Amino acid sequence: MKKAIITVVGKDVVGIIAKTSAYLAKNNINILDISQTVVQEYFNMMMIVDISSCRKNFEAFSSGLSDLGSEMGLKIRCQKSEIFEKMHRV
Amino acid sequence: MINSYEVFETNKMILEENLDVRTITMGISLLDCADSSLKTTCDNIYAKLTTLAKDLVKTGDDIGREFGVPVVNKRISITPAALVGARCCRKPSDFVRIAKTLDKAAKKVGVNFIGGFSAVVSKGMTKADELLIRSIPEAMAVTDRICSSVNVGSTKTGINMDAVRLMGEIIKATAERTKERDSIGCAKLVVLCNAPDDNPFMAGAFHGVSEADAIINVGVSGPGVVNHVLKTIRGADFETLCETIKKTAFKITRVGQLVAQEASARLGIPFGIIDLSLAPTPAIGDSVADILKEIGLEHPGAPGTTAALALLNDQVKKGGVMASSYVGGLSGAFIPVSEDQGMIDAVNAGALSIEKLEAMTCVCSVGLDMIAIPGDTSAASISGIIADESAIGMINQKTTAVRVIPVAGKKVGDTVEFGGLLGYAPVMAVSRFSCEGMIARKGRIPAPIHSFKN
Repeated sequence: MKKAIITVVGKDVVGIIAKTSAYLAKNNINILDISQTVVQEYFNMMMIVDISSCRKNFEAFSSGLSDLGSEMGLKIRCQKSEIFEKMHRV
Repeated sequence: MINSYEVFETNKMILEENLDVRTITMGISLLDCADSSLKTTCDNIYAKLTTLAKDLVKTGDDIGREFGVPVVNKRISITPAALVGARCCRKPSDFVRIAKTLDKAAKKVGVNFIGGFSAVVSKGMTKADELLIRSIPEAMAVTDRICSSVNVGSTKTGINMDAVRLMGEIIKATAERTKERDSIGCAKLVVLCNAPDDNPFMAGAFHGVSEADAIINVGVSGPGVVNHVLKTIRGADFETLCETIKKTAFKITRVGQLVAQEASARLGIPFGIIDLSLAPTPAIGDSVADILKEIGLEHPGAPGTTAALALLNDQVKKGGVMASSYVGGLSGAFIPVSEDQGMIDAVNAGALSIEKLEAMTCVCSVGLDMIAIPGDTSAASISGIIADESAIGMINQKTTAVRVIPVAGKKVGDTVEFGGLLGYAPVMAVSRFSCEGMIARKGRIPAPIHSFKN
């Protein structure tokens, strides 16, 4: 399994999870975990996803996500999970 | 399982606190390029560099995108060019031709700097070493991406004072030769003592003869991250302060380690070392000086600065060595003036002098770095500064360096603009008292005794 972390940060609007998940499903990405908080109208979401069967290469997939974020006025980032594992685990 | 707190913490470091991987530097041996014909040597150099490093920039950018952390610079370090050109260079202009070849190769593969237009003359100079050193002013004037360094001493050999005297003159000549661009040639020229063979940072990077044919070295950074985390523990005791710096250095270094391993695997070139340096940039918030201020100094240069820097440097190392098995290069806190807004502010406020910076270099990772001095500073005074720094390095078994820019036509109080990562600098005063009698002496300072430490 190849894991990636998707983070969504920005002002809360209708359909953030719906649109993001639809994009993931279209690209054959399975969501492993999802957590979100809304603090003072600010939306923070983190998804752990499996990208091993992704239909696009990583760069195209992640820039597609970032474009989707721009349409909703949000910052969406997708990063391979190793950076977080390495930084926070001995 | 990774939790969202950790994810957002990492991304905050990257997006708001300037966490980045400062450089992936590919070290390449050029020893096998040497030939008795200058043209063949240059052709070999160009071919080897453009083959081994052809995917370096793309790989660095790919890794940066995939992990979401900027890999700011992709660079090359080479075998000290004096060794490579020893067989075929008969005059300084022959070495200039090698410099032009290196510059052309750097532009072809897209790296922003190539380091190693260097000579290691800690004890004596060969004919080739001297020719290379004499070619530096012209080489720096006719190239854009070459960095040059000369190692003039070491703890094992003492200090080569003939080379120190010559380098004072060469720095002056380089400043003069590039005077229409604020003497920028000197910003890419550094004089070292105890230079490491595996340093990935410019301008002192070269690929030493103790190294393999090609290696990947990575320099991390992150003064902004350390500064930010210290704000959350304001007024805490020294144990908490040190522990916090250590933990942060660990996290920063792990990112470097990950990037280094990925780059090494993708390029098929062995991983060498991680350099744990806190390297500032002119960007606001990316400053080592700001960390010193957060520790409790009004400005760097205030009493207590050397102690604060010593503490910082040591904790960065302690945290970093836990994060990577192979630590090398310079590893510590850099204290350049022009590349650090907090240092510039300290100079402008009158808090920081060259003499205090010299004291700070006893405990930092390198030395007097990116300091603009008046254009009329004598070659002997520059040699005196180099001799002082080398002595600190020699006696304390550490790397020290001098990268000063005697800016042609500028005097104390003027400002010099180098642009980009090199930043801008206020011109600082140099002692007006002469050291000419000492610098005129021939020979070398003997290696120090390694006992009776006091």
